[in-house]
Formats: sequence, C-alpha cells, structure tokens
Amino acid sequence: MDTLSVLLSRAQMAVTLTMHIIWPSINIGLALFLCVMEGIWLKTKNPLYLRICQFWMRIFALAFGMGVVSGVVMSYELGTNFGLFTNAIGQVLGPLFVYEVLTAFFVEAGFLGIMLFGWNRVSPKMHFFATFMVMFGTFVSAFWIMSANSWMQFPTGTHLADGQFAVDSWLAAIFNPTFLHRFLHMVFASYLTSTFFIAGICAWYLLKKRNLDVAKTCFSFVMWAALLFTPLQMLVGDDVGLIVHKYQPLKTAAMEGVWDTQKAAPLVLFAWPDAKQEKNLFSISIPYGASLLNTHQLQGELIGLKSVPAADRPFVVPTFFGFRIMVGIGVLFLLVGIFGAWFRYKKTLYDHPWFLRACVLMTPFGVIATLAGWYTAETGRQPWVVYNFLRTADGASRLAAEQVGVSLSIFSLVYLLAISFFLYYFLEAVKKGPLVEETTEEKTMPPIIGYMHTQGE
Amino acid sequence: MEHEIVTFLLGSILSFAIFMYVLLDGFDLGVGILFPFVTTNEHRKTMVAAIVPVWDGNETWLVLGAATLYGAFPVAYSTILPTVYMPIIIMLAALVFRGISFEFMAHSKKTLRLWQSFFCMGSAVATFCQGLILGTFVHGYSANTLATSTAYHWLTPFNITTGIAVMCGYALLGSTWMLRKTEGVLQEKMYSFAKATAILVFLFMVVITLWTPQVDINIVTRWFSIPNIYLLMPLPLLTLVCFAWLWRQLNSRVEKTPFYLSMLIFLFAYVGLAMSVWPFIIPHIVTVWQAAAPLNSQLFILCGLLVLVPVLCIYTAYAYHVFRGKTNAEEDHY
Repeated sequence: MDTLSVLLSRAQMAVTLTMHIIWPSINIGLALFLCVMEGIWLKTKNPLYLRICQFWMRIFALAFGMGVVSGVVMSYELGTNFGLFTNAIGQVLGPLFVYEVLTAFFVEAGFLGIMLFGWNRVSPKMHFFATFMVMFGTFVSAFWIMSANSWMQFPTGTHLADGQFAVDSWLAAIFNPTFLHRFLHMVFASYLTSTFFIAGICAWYLLKKRNLDVAKTCFSFVMWAALLFTPLQMLVGDDVGLIVHKYQPLKTAAMEGVWDTQKAAPLVLFAWPDAKQEKNLFSISIPYGASLLNTHQLQGELIGLKSVPAADRPFVVPTFFGFRIMVGIGVLFLLVGIFGAWFRYKKTLYDHPWFLRACVLMTPFGVIATLAGWYTAETGRQPWVVYNFLRTADGASRLAAEQVGVSLSIFSLVYLLAISFFLYYFLEAVKKGPLVEETTEEKTMPPIIGYMHTQGE
Repeated sequence: MEHEIVTFLLGSILSFAIFMYVLLDGFDLGVGILFPFVTTNEHRKTMVAAIVPVWDGNETWLVLGAATLYGAFPVAYSTILPTVYMPIIIMLAALVFRGISFEFMAHSKKTLRLWQSFFCMGSAVATFCQGLILGTFVHGYSANTLATSTAYHWLTPFNITTGIAVMCGYALLGSTWMLRKTEGVLQEKMYSFAKATAILVFLFMVVITLWTPQVDINIVTRWFSIPNIYLLMPLPLLTLVCFAWLWRQLNSRVEKTPFYLSMLIFLFAYVGLAMSVWPFIIPHIVTVWQAAAPLNSQLFILCGLLVLVPVLCIYTAYAYHVFRGKTNAEEDHY
C-alpha cells in the first residue's frame, strides 16, 4: 500500500471538510435569522426590517456561494480519493446522499435565485416563501449529513457481507442512537455561530456609531438568541458527551486525556498529551471532573487509551485540544449572554464599549468552535472511518502519490485564495453597511436597486 | 426480473440527471466560454445577469448525477472516479473558481476584470475537462487502465478533441440561450456566435463519428448490423434536420427556437452515445446489471427519485418562469 498517497488523500479530505463546514455553520443560522426578519417585515411592513433582510442577504449570498462550490468538490472527492470506502458503504451512504440532494440542495438552489434576485419579480409573500424554503433546505441538509456521519460513528441497521455494508433497516440506519443528539448539537452550533457572527458586525457598527437603527435591532435580537441558545447547546453538548462515552469510549479518553483505565478520573484543564510517552505532560486537573462530566457519576469508570494497541488509538492531540477550544468558547458565549441580559435589564445594552469590542473580537468564534468540535468528533474516531469496521487507510483509493500531491496543492491554493477574497469582499460589504434610510420618498421598489445608486456602484 | 426493471429505471433517471446537467449547466458554462469574444463591460454584465439567478440550480444536477450514480451503481462510482482523477480534480477546481467569481464580480470594481477572466477560464477549463471525461468514457476501459490509475490514459488526441467539441457545444447552447435574453447589438453578436459554433459543432460531430470506429470497433458493429441500422439511422438524420432548421432560424433572426434546436441536437447526440455503450456503465468492463446496488437500496432511492424529481422539476421551472424575458443587468444584478 502506498502510504504517502493515503496520507495525502487524508490531508486533502481534511482540508476540504474544513473548508466546507465553515459556510453551512454560518448559513443555517443566518437563513433562520433572515426568515424571521422577513416574516416580521411582512407582518409589520416596517421598512427597517426589509433593509435588515437585504443587508444580510448580501452576506448570506457570499457565504452560500463558498458553501456550494466546496460542497460540489466534496461530493466527488469521496469517490476519487476514498473509492474503497465509498464502495464498501455505497448501499448505505449512496441513498442518504441522493435524499440530501433531492430534499435539500435542490430546494436551496431552486429558491435561492428568487430570494436574492426576485424582489422585483415576485410578490412579497412569494418572496418570503422562497426565503423560508432556503432556510428549510439548509436545515434538511444538516439532517442528512448528520445522519450519514452518525451512522459512520456508530453503524446500526446494517450488516457486513462480502466487504459491503448491506442495509437491514433504513429506519435504524438513518435514526441511529447517536443521530438526534448530534443533529441538535450541530444545528445549535450553527445558530450560535450566526448569532455571534451577526453580533460582532453589529457591535462594530455600534462602536463606529453607524447604521444605528439596523445595528441596534439586530444586536438586541441576537443577544436574546445568545442567552437562549448557549445554555441549550450546553445541555445538548453534555448529552452528546454521554453518548460519545457510551458508544466511543476511546474518543472520550482522547478528549479527556485519559491514558489508564480508571474510576474517578480527573478533569484535565490543561496538559500536553504525549502519544509517545503515553501520558500527559504539564497537567493541571480537577479531581473527579472527567468522570462526573462523562458518566454523571463521581466514581464513573473511563476506559484509558492504553487499553488498546497504539495503532487503534485516535489522534490524541487534535481531539484533546479541539474539545477544550470548543468548550472554552462555549463558556465565553455564556458569559456574553449573561452580560447582555444584565445590560439589557439596566437599559445599557449598547453603551459598554468594552462589551461591544469583545463581541467584535468574537465574530469568528462560532466558526472556530464548530471547527474545533468537528475536529474532536472526526480525529477522535480515527483510525476508523466506519467505527470498528473499516479503517480510514483501508478506504482510500489506490492513487499515485504525485497525483494526490498535485491535487492537494491545487485545492489548498484555490481555497486559500477563495477564503482571502471572501474575507476581503465580506469586509467591504460590512464597511458599506446596509442601505441608508431613504427620507425623500417612500419607495415600494426594492431597495437593493436604490442601494446600487446611492452607493454609486 | 424485478431487480432488472428497477435497475433500468434508475439507469434512465441517472441518464436524465446527467443530460439535464449537460443542458442546463451547459448553457451557463457556454456563456462563460463566450466571454473573450465580448469585450464591452455592459454586455458582459448582461451576460452574467442572464445566468446568475439559475446557475446554482443548474450545477446541482451535477451533484444529483454523482449521488444517483453512487446510490444506484456504487461499483461504477468508486471505480470510474479514481481512473479520471486529474480531469475531475481540475474540473472541480475550475468550478470553484467560477462559482466564487459569480459572487465576487458582483462585489468588485477595481478587480472586476480579474474576476471576469477567472469566470471565463473556470468555465472553459471545467467544460474541457468534462469533454476529456466523456472521451475517456467513449474510449472504454480495459482491466489494465482500471488497475493503474496513474496512467495518463485520459490525455489522448481523441479525448482532447472531445474536450474541444464539448466546449463548442456548450458555447452553442450559451449563445442560443442569450438570444432569448438580449436585444440589439449584443443579440446580433450572439446570432453570429450561434452560427459559428453551430458550424463547429457540426464539424466536430462528423470528425468524432468517423474517429470513434478507430477507438472502439464494437460501436461500428452495433450501428451497422441489421436490424439496428434501421432503428438507429433516424438519429443522425434527425440531427441533420435540426442543424438545417437551426441555420435557417438563425438566418431569419428567430429568438426562441434556436435554443430548443440546440438542445435537440444535444439530445440526439446523447441518445446516440447511450446506444453505443449500452448496457455498459464502465465500457467493456462492467454492465449496469453488474454495477447495480442490491434491490433494497435501489428501491429506497427509486421511491425518493420518483416522487421528488417531478417536484423539483416543477419548482425549477417556476424559477425559470420568474426570471423569463429579456435581462436587465441593472435590475436583476445587485
């Protein structure tokens, strides 16, 4: 087996997945936000909400384009680089993939055009319906992806025959025991990502004293969202922790840095888990913590990494730190939610520059937390691609290393360019800000056009 | 028997999805390919505005093609893709560039030219790669090419020719689509593009038809045996009729029918290709029957496809209906 080729294929998959998940995690929540705002506009006819919609739709369109192109790449890369994996699980993954395309991708793509460019061409109600369908499409897409991924983490409803997974029960395969918790965890992660994404941009406007009407309305809205979704996400996350420990105890061991099987395992706050020496260096920990978190019992037993040979252990470092980054950001989000509520109670929500600056700084934290969470989930289940059945290395296509080397370089370069330009145009769009309120005449025509003229584009 | 019917149905739906992709993304890729021949900025804006609300939906057919191939014929998916590794990778990278160019063209002023050229190059390269993949597919596989995907068997003179042919074909679709969307100077330009590409497509079809027997003799025996010849002969004849009709319509400046006629030409070529390779899904190696997933998986997919493909066709048609008529670059493009 050409291990260099496999290594490069894995690196390329990691790059592609990392690039892709950024955009859905921004957009699933942003689509819901747009839907709510447009709903309020339809109900109240207050033009402020229309301006809010049209501003965020520009941002949404930018991120959506990135999501589409990176998603198309993924749908083919599974076959090109992991042919043996896709062959082995084709009977399971293939149908789920078909359903995702049919119930999510087409819905999004079919209505996105109307949502972005149809203001002039359809009635407001029809437009709202299009926005709703885009939101629905992003949500359903998450459903299928989480279902497929959860099946890979804990295959149920199938049996292995002649190197192929055959399905016994679709219901059991789609709704496997880890699915619902992980689906909710991802959806809430996306809601929080968008919440802090919006909060950061609005906080910047508030600091600059620009676009105050839009900024205040949105900031107030997302502070409610932060207050609501952060505790919910923590509850769901705790639940996912229990599920992981139940079905993938070695992933828990890597997350918590547990080398020897033990009861009353301490919660390691910081350490460097050294895979060679098989222990944690520079460790700071709280007694009983890890057992309590993962089993909800002080004396709960955690399986140690050393209980299996080194070849069967997950990548400890990314799992361990990914988990800490995710949880750390979650705690910060909770603090923001609480401070936001307190300031709102004091009627000074928009008046604390340090709080607003903190929000600006945290604009990308949702994306970072989501990525960290995915790194925890995906590196923590290695070396398996289908847990306990198929190793990732055994699923890779037999390609020449130089070909994969070239493609990895191409994709890294293309993605780097794409992200840089996205950031550039995203910042430009933020600088331009939403349409300035028109005082001269009440326009029924869509402000996007007016926007072009006022900004002299 | 039951399994064979389901396999046949899924094969038909797969062909339908791929064909829809070729037609729909074909015309928007074609618009990109025509960019170098249109230099006025206003005209370029109109061209982009004519495809920007629909390109995303068009490209989704490519993903549906991948998904259906994977779900219904997993063996084919996981065998074919590694053998055309580089063309697929380059095609995807080109589609990425092209996709982000759509957004960035709308947002940029200083770098507009840069994104326009990325958009054009992305469209051209992605199309050329699709032609390479098509050529490899017609060429057929041997056990040898499947074992060593390192070989650059996709880079042959025949495949390069099919690559250029597909570029001309998409440009024909693109220019005839633009006839419906434009007026005046730009429309006149599109008439001349449509004529030029129609001639090129015709020539390439002749060349490839004459060349194919050299690369695969089985195709000749299939086409020229009795009774096949009587059943298949209408295809080239109808194609000729379409070309002649298209030419006349273009000369008399008719706006709408040329696009339908270009689509028909694609349809006949596509059916001809399907007739040539049937029942192989990996030519010479694996038939659709051998590549078929088990009945249980196939039925599950088929249910979804039979219910949802008509639904998505309806709302896709609705989206096209919403953006019907002449394009106004100022109005539809933000």
